[in-house]
Amino acid sequence: MGKPTGFMEYNRLSEASLPVAERLVNYNEFVLHLTDDQAKTQAARCMDCGVPFCTSGCPINNIIPDWNDLVYRGNWEAALAVLHSTNNFPEFTGRLCPAPCEAACTLNINNDAVGIKSIEHAIIDKGWEMGWVVPQVAAQKTGKKVAVVGSGPAGMACAQQLARAGHDVTLFEKNSRIGGLMRYGIPDFKMEKSHIDRRVAQMEAEGVTFKTSVFIGTECEAGVNNMATETISPETLLADFAAVVLTGGAETPRDLPVPGRELSGIYNAMQFLPQQNRVNAGDELPEQLRATGKHVVVIGGGDTGSDCVGTSNRHGALSVTQIEVMPRAPDQENKPLTWPNWPMKLRTSSSHEEGCNRDWAIATKEFIGSDGKVEKLRAVRVEWKDGKMTEVAGSEFELKADLVFLAMGFVSPVKKVLEAFGIENDLRGNAKADTDNYLTSRDRVFAAGDIRRGQSLIVWAIREGRQCARSVDEFLMGSSALPR
Amino acid sequence: MVNLPKQQGLYDPRQERDACGVGFVAHIKGKKSHDMVSQGLQILENLTHRGATGADPLAGDGAGILLQIPDAFFRAECAAQDLVLPEAGRYGVGMIFMPKEPAARAACEQIVTEKVNAEGQSVLGWRYVPVDSTILGESVKLVEPIVLQVFIGCGENCADTEAFERKLFVIRKTAEHAISNLPDELGRGFYVPSLSARTIVYKGMLLADQVGKYYPDLQNPTVVSALALVHQRFSTNTFPTWNLAHPFRMIAHNGEINTVRGNVNWMAARHAAMSSNLLGEDLEKLWPLIVSGQSDSACFDNALELLVAGGYSLPHAMMLLIPEAWAGNPLMDEERRAFYEYHAALMEPWDGPAAVAFTDGRMIGATLDRNGLRPARYLITDDDVVLLASEMGVLNIPQHKVVKKWRLQPGRMFLIDMEAGRIIDDDELKSQLATAKPYRQWIEESRFFLGDMPAAISENRLNASLLDTQQAFGYSQEDIKFVIAPMVNAGEEPTGSMGTDAALAVLSNKNRSFYDYFQQLFAQVTNPPIDPIREEIVMSLTSFIGPKPNLLGIDETVPMLRLEVHQPVLSNDDIAKLRNIDQLTQGRYRSQVLDITYPVSEGAEACASYVQALCAAADKAVADGYNVLILSDRAMSSERVAIPALVACSRVHQHLVQKGLRTSTGLVVETGSAREVHHFALLAGYGAEAVCPWLAYETIASLNLPAGVDAYEAKKRFIKAIDKGLMKVMSKMGISTYQSYCGAQIFEAIGLDASFVAEYFAGTATQIEGIGLNEVAEEAQRMHKDAFGNNPILTGALEAGGEYAYRVRGEEHMWTPDSIAKLQMATRTNNASTYKEYAKLINEQSTKLKTLRGLFEIKPAGEAVPLIEVESAKEIVKRFVTGAMSLGSISTEAHTTLAIAMNRIGGKSNTGEGGEDASRFAIFKGGEMLSDIIGKSRIETDRELLAGDSLRSRIKQVASGRFGVTAEYLASADQIQIKMAQGAKPGEGGQLPGHKVSEYIAKLRFSVPGVGLISPPPHHDIYSIEDLAQLIHDLKNSNPSASISVKLVSEVGVGTVAAGVSKAKADHIVVSGFDGGTGASPLSSIKHAGTPWELGLAEAQQTLVLNQLRGRVALQVDGQLKTGRDVLIGALLGADEFGFATAPLVVEGCIMMRKCHLNTCPVGVATQDPELRRKFTGQPEHVVNYFFFVAEELRELMAQMGIRRFVDLVGRSDLLDVKHSIAHWKSQGIDFSKVFYQPNVAASVARRHAETQDHELDKALDNTLIAGAEKAINNQEPVVIESPIRNVNRTVGTMLSHEVAKRYGHAGLADDTIQVNFTGTAGQSFGAFLSHGISFELRGEGNDYVGKGLCGGRIAIMPPRDTKLVASENIIVGNTVMYGATAGECYFNGVAGERFAVRNSGAIAVVEGLGDHGCEYMTGGMVVVLGQTGRNFAAGMSGGVAYVLDETRDFEKRCNLTMVAIEPVIAEVESQDEMEELPVSHGRVHFNHLNMADEQALRAQIEKHLKYTGSERARTILENWADYLPKFTKVMPTDYRRALKEQAAEQLKQGGAA
Repeated sequence: MGKPTGFMEYNRLSEASLPVAERLVNYNEFVLHLTDDQAKTQAARCMDCGVPFCTSGCPINNIIPDWNDLVYRGNWEAALAVLHSTNNFPEFTGRLCPAPCEAACTLNINNDAVGIKSIEHAIIDKGWEMGWVVPQVAAQKTGKKVAVVGSGPAGMACAQQLARAGHDVTLFEKNSRIGGLMRYGIPDFKMEKSHIDRRVAQMEAEGVTFKTSVFIGTECEAGVNNMATETISPETLLADFAAVVLTGGAETPRDLPVPGRELSGIYNAMQFLPQQNRVNAGDELPEQLRATGKHVVVIGGGDTGSDCVGTSNRHGALSVTQIEVMPRAPDQENKPLTWPNWPMKLRTSSSHEEGCNRDWAIATKEFIGSDGKVEKLRAVRVEWKDGKMTEVAGSEFELKADLVFLAMGFVSPVKKVLEAFGIENDLRGNAKADTDNYLTSRDRVFAAGDIRRGQSLIVWAIREGRQCARSVDEFLMGSSALPR
Repeated sequence: MVNLPKQQGLYDPRQERDACGVGFVAHIKGKKSHDMVSQGLQILENLTHRGATGADPLAGDGAGILLQIPDAFFRAECAAQDLVLPEAGRYGVGMIFMPKEPAARAACEQIVTEKVNAEGQSVLGWRYVPVDSTILGESVKLVEPIVLQVFIGCGENCADTEAFERKLFVIRKTAEHAISNLPDELGRGFYVPSLSARTIVYKGMLLADQVGKYYPDLQNPTVVSALALVHQRFSTNTFPTWNLAHPFRMIAHNGEINTVRGNVNWMAARHAAMSSNLLGEDLEKLWPLIVSGQSDSACFDNALELLVAGGYSLPHAMMLLIPEAWAGNPLMDEERRAFYEYHAALMEPWDGPAAVAFTDGRMIGATLDRNGLRPARYLITDDDVVLLASEMGVLNIPQHKVVKKWRLQPGRMFLIDMEAGRIIDDDELKSQLATAKPYRQWIEESRFFLGDMPAAISENRLNASLLDTQQAFGYSQEDIKFVIAPMVNAGEEPTGSMGTDAALAVLSNKNRSFYDYFQQLFAQVTNPPIDPIREEIVMSLTSFIGPKPNLLGIDETVPMLRLEVHQPVLSNDDIAKLRNIDQLTQGRYRSQVLDITYPVSEGAEACASYVQALCAAADKAVADGYNVLILSDRAMSSERVAIPALVACSRVHQHLVQKGLRTSTGLVVETGSAREVHHFALLAGYGAEAVCPWLAYETIASLNLPAGVDAYEAKKRFIKAIDKGLMKVMSKMGISTYQSYCGAQIFEAIGLDASFVAEYFAGTATQIEGIGLNEVAEEAQRMHKDAFGNNPILTGALEAGGEYAYRVRGEEHMWTPDSIAKLQMATRTNNASTYKEYAKLINEQSTKLKTLRGLFEIKPAGEAVPLIEVESAKEIVKRFVTGAMSLGSISTEAHTTLAIAMNRIGGKSNTGEGGEDASRFAIFKGGEMLSDIIGKSRIETDRELLAGDSLRSRIKQVASGRFGVTAEYLASADQIQIKMAQGAKPGEGGQLPGHKVSEYIAKLRFSVPGVGLISPPPHHDIYSIEDLAQLIHDLKNSNPSASISVKLVSEVGVGTVAAGVSKAKADHIVVSGFDGGTGASPLSSIKHAGTPWELGLAEAQQTLVLNQLRGRVALQVDGQLKTGRDVLIGALLGADEFGFATAPLVVEGCIMMRKCHLNTCPVGVATQDPELRRKFTGQPEHVVNYFFFVAEELRELMAQMGIRRFVDLVGRSDLLDVKHSIAHWKSQGIDFSKVFYQPNVAASVARRHAETQDHELDKALDNTLIAGAEKAINNQEPVVIESPIRNVNRTVGTMLSHEVAKRYGHAGLADDTIQVNFTGTAGQSFGAFLSHGISFELRGEGNDYVGKGLCGGRIAIMPPRDTKLVASENIIVGNTVMYGATAGECYFNGVAGERFAVRNSGAIAVVEGLGDHGCEYMTGGMVVVLGQTGRNFAAGMSGGVAYVLDETRDFEKRCNLTMVAIEPVIAEVESQDEMEELPVSHGRVHFNHLNMADEQALRAQIEKHLKYTGSERARTILENWADYLPKFTKVMPTDYRRALKEQAAEQLKQGGAA
């Protein structure tokens, strides 16, 4: 707490963005991180609470008050060290995290939270810029081999921690590039992929072996991106490695089984979004799915839906409409009853700002089209009471739709992979393992991230990857100095 | 020999304390008479109120009388037995308590005879002393001894009485030692009250008025004496102990020796090095000189006897033991200073509140401690009689015979040499002694100041990286961020808030510094803490390094060398000099460094043998002639681990003490572990003469230092901060010198194994056992391993810490984001299941131990009962109160919300220290807004009140600051709570910084907005237990229907204090845990002073039950209570009621920012900032919900246990057990059997609150006054009352004022409605809390506490009409006059004692001279002194003005100029209308015109003084006004001036606008 009264003197400052017109013409990031002075001022608002709720609000327990103080004092390098002590990849979370820490910030009780995420963003960007982010090669190798399957944030974090503990880590990825949904699902305008590449380089230097286009299992499910050119069976893997960590995410999308679903023009978000990223990365796609000149309807009001909106607008869609079955959340939460928890409230993303019709409490009844192509959808307004939905009589209406994206979340991991490993599932179809040791029902097989907990945030994936790495290290060595 | 119960449970007889009334009467010319004896007995009777009785009203605490041996009487008595006594002086009389058992008595008699013969003297005969046992109480009779006198004839080997006395001393000691070695059934009960050829002591477990009746000898007219020294005791127990009654052989003492533990240790340490030409081989026979298990006074007596036997004159010995504060006294002459300085190296002071009367039968005198903390007044008559006593009025002496009335002053002595037939005053006496030898020259020849020596070369290289080294010594990030950096920035110890809720060291999963296992002890009730800032004049950090001189080398002419440091924190340069001291002193000092590290590879088990080797090395070093030993852990490296420096230091110190070598060498510690105040205090307390914190210096050098601060300056600031902190730690125990603190072991351990403590920290209390040396060493090993291992978290950074602020990887806390959020959510939504989740987080500590109670298991009392049958929650919540949080520490909004809530549920809220707005007292009909009542400008978050709501706090606190304590305030109380200590900072005062003093707070506290307010560490009317009894009496008078509560803080011995408080007639006792919240407190106090309430409560319960005192008091517990389970455990350990503070604040919105001290609370709870208070969202409903949740949780637990009624829980500690399921490496050794212990007393003895105290208000003089003033009280008609008054009439006027305040509030009645004219000597607290409209005139004199809390009334005191005395040269009132006065006027035609008008906030006084510390902490009002003041005038004075007539032009030297400026009084002519605004009437002083009205204001007061008292002094001054005016000096606080100026400017602005 550089300045005890800072919170009374300064306001919250949001990161600046490029104008909409400017950002719609490309896929580059458009959020500008805070200047040093801005970050310092924002950090001055931190009250260095005796009980820092932000730290607990943050799934990886970022020691936020400490780095805020260091930024205020201009000690950026130390701030980065503190940040890295809990978070392997602040550049991911500094851009993509919804920031539950800010919801938990005590200033958020009756004021605007400290811009924690923006400070994190500024710290790590400065860290890269100054060359402070360097490989941390283990002093001693253990000679133990560990396979990590799935290169999303959980797999990356787990692999990096294990490598730093001195293990020989191989990170397997079925697609051709590292990063999982961060690579393929997150549009580049939200995070450019060079950030992942830099981390891959750092991890390679730390001794992690990356194997892409390798599928571990027997077969993959339809509807899930899979660019594998090689398949390795669980048995082979377990024969080669002392421990295997499954960090394959929860890729099975939720579907909308209504009449007309079979029409063309209706896609899962993950059939749409990865293509643009691959094009941006230089892949040549014979038939890229594009929204140019089309009336687009996005079903699902979450972040993935938002990403579809943003991408569609960049394609030059004629119109973009996003509908959501849940009612519109309040503009402002009832803080005394929600703080320090993550509140339900209306959230408007940058993609929404770029142009989009939004509507709530709408259930899709049917897709209607001709020639096998979707042209519109028939929907009805609904009411919610005690968690139950009822249709509003006579409220049916139709919506023009040349292109429909289903962005209603993900239901489970790829079942067939779990089956191939022969491990038990929990009731929701996730790999069953607890957070004490992340061990599945099968000996030497661990699971972490969305594959274990179901779809979630990047920051939770990093947490699980880190914690799982400690469990694996303990399992292999008897004890572990890795932090939980 | 002592009849105290054995140690049992948490009760420890070593904790017993006492205090008392003391007095003597003597004939200057040594004329003996029986009259003298009778007068002595008379004094005793009139001091009765200073003693106490226990459960048995006929059992006093002990009283006695010391006389010269009545030769004729004994000669006659012996003749009756055919025994012929030799001439007077050639025989001695021993007064002996003997066991009742004939066999035992025979054994004792035989030993006495043997010892007499062994010393070459002869037993002439024995006499059974007649006694009247019928008057004794039953409990006393049980242990009544047989009283025998032995007559001993002087042998050939004694040339004179002097030598004979020495032999008698040896005989007594050797007999005592031999008998103490007898089996208990033979030796128990033997005690020698006196054995002398000159004096005899008659004493016993008697009430004051029983002494003369019990011993018929004393009625015999042939029992004559020229002196009678008497004493009446008030002890903290009810166990009859005959031998602890005073007088002792040479002294009678009122007060307490705070340093006694260290003094006794050092006396033992000197054993081997001591030799005496006079005593020769007899010296050895005296050991053990000080027998364990005695009172502090008895120890003092033993030490005095030795010094006198060793050849010191009685006054010389007294000056050695109780020196005055000489170090910083600019008024002391060189010779005397040299005398004290020389003797300082001989012996550490026996420090504490002490009025000691002493005699050897030829001289009689008295001396007072350096701080003047006990009262001692004397008078001299024209027929050569001197009377000295704790108060005046104890003998009825015709006033016309009195030629002098004075008082004993701080550090001063008063001596009557009856052989020379004259009084020797302090100046003469001391200058005689001071010039007897060339002390100045001796000092100059023998003294080295370490600081003055040339620098020595030193190479300070780390053996590992700084980070690894820090980690190996357990540094955390917080040590740097919260401890070291603030010290470097500000030069003082950092402040924190909101208490501590982190895991105890022994329960922690973290590796904790060994220092964390110790808690500081502090003074409460039985002795006062000191204010080391405002009363710095008595403090000294000087330390002597190296061997100590021979205490009895009185005739040596070559003084021993002395190596001095001004303060004990050594710099790297200092330690380098010490290492090279032999070169620097040409070999006169030789130092040796003893390495306290050992190879880490040998493991923790090896530690013990290395410590042993260390002791052997120390022995050898001393034998080889090294006289400075440096214990150093500089050799710590990746290969070598340090033995915890405290372990090494204490063990070596104690080893050397045991070997008798300690005074042959100095002991210095050079350690990387010491970094905060607590660490230095511990090392000092366990024997280090100085400490060099080398790693702290390395750390400081590595910090980003503030601009303009280099490493040298930074280290200097660090040392300054530690020094200040040390003074605070010392002063909280009432110890003023480092020398006395060193080795005094003022600590207790929590979680250390008793056998480990016995070996390494002998004498330190450890109540729950715990870890031993192996675990301690293991913890050090673990830290070392972390430091040099490959933990990635620690490769680049220190451990997080998490002690002071919650950190995810840090120490465990009770208040976590989760528990706070759940509690707030539960109470806001009235959701019981969320509350249960919260309670589970707090209660279940199976994996994360935090509190002692977390280890408890609750056993059922029987079959479970249906919940519906359990006492209702509505009833249970009435036992709940909220903590004492002042309006000032928390916002008006937060304060009133708690009051509303507690009044709704029938519990009690507490004002805290700081008064309460009278507009809050009403009960509202509903619909009013808070702002309608308090004032629009004073409320930021408004609230509508419901029908029946009240804003009144039912508990009114009376703290040391006495802010806003008026008759009206007290009258509005249901309970009045005396805050003796506060959990977060026991033994310390507080400070409300100016920026928190808003207009409203200033109004309530009778002060000025923007000017800071200081709460002194002690109550200046409580320096000992009988003072507390007096304050309880005062407050009971101020509101007879309120219960009087005394708030204590848990520490070892609190049970004993509680017993004393119960005897002092408190109705209610609070035992607070050390962990309680605070608005601001030094970090080390928050963490390291006091103990968890589980220990203190259990000890209080056990001791009270054991003493049969429990039933008289309600017992309340507080300190981080959070859940129903906490309440249950409190009840089982003995609590009737429960205090909550932090939890209700959290319910109100507090999120434990721990920033209260910065005024930046972002939720409007602990701040006065209007902006932030607007954000307050707390609701009374939420608080109500909380307490009902707690009660419901408790009910469910009770149902499971099979207990229906709450009262059936209280004291059932047999229903507690230890959880055996918890496996934790450090907590394994913990043993709670002492905590769960239940004293074995009869079933009829109450174990919970069941009786009421008899305050004896029916005997008060006020009953007559109230009857006489009926017309005034009821109809406001003026009345005049005439009344005689005596010293036993205490607290006169207070009940009367209560009647006025109850009806008319603070405004009271019209001026002089009730006029009372008294004649005589008033008892203590004359006119306390006197209301407006009451005017007291007293012809005679007052004692202590005149006008205490004066709130509008007028008091005038003048000498009796028939006096011959010159009023302005004699004392008229005692000490601590007008303490905490808020309004009113006082006129004293004479001189007042010490601490006049302390904490005055609005009253006006004229007095003709006063003692030390006048106007201390004053915040308002006006004091005119028409004579000399004592030293330290105006210390901490932040408001009001004083005018001092400074005829000798040396006032500046006596004034503490830290906060005030002095200036002449400017004569100015004022227009008539401006004079209208002068502060000449009652109430607060408004100096709108600053200097402009000075002359008129002053003159008007002096005129009034003349009018009300007829003062000659006033008349002279007024008649020669032009001469006198320039001699007046005005004392004006600088901040006050600034604030008044601002106020005036503001008023001008507003006036202009209007």
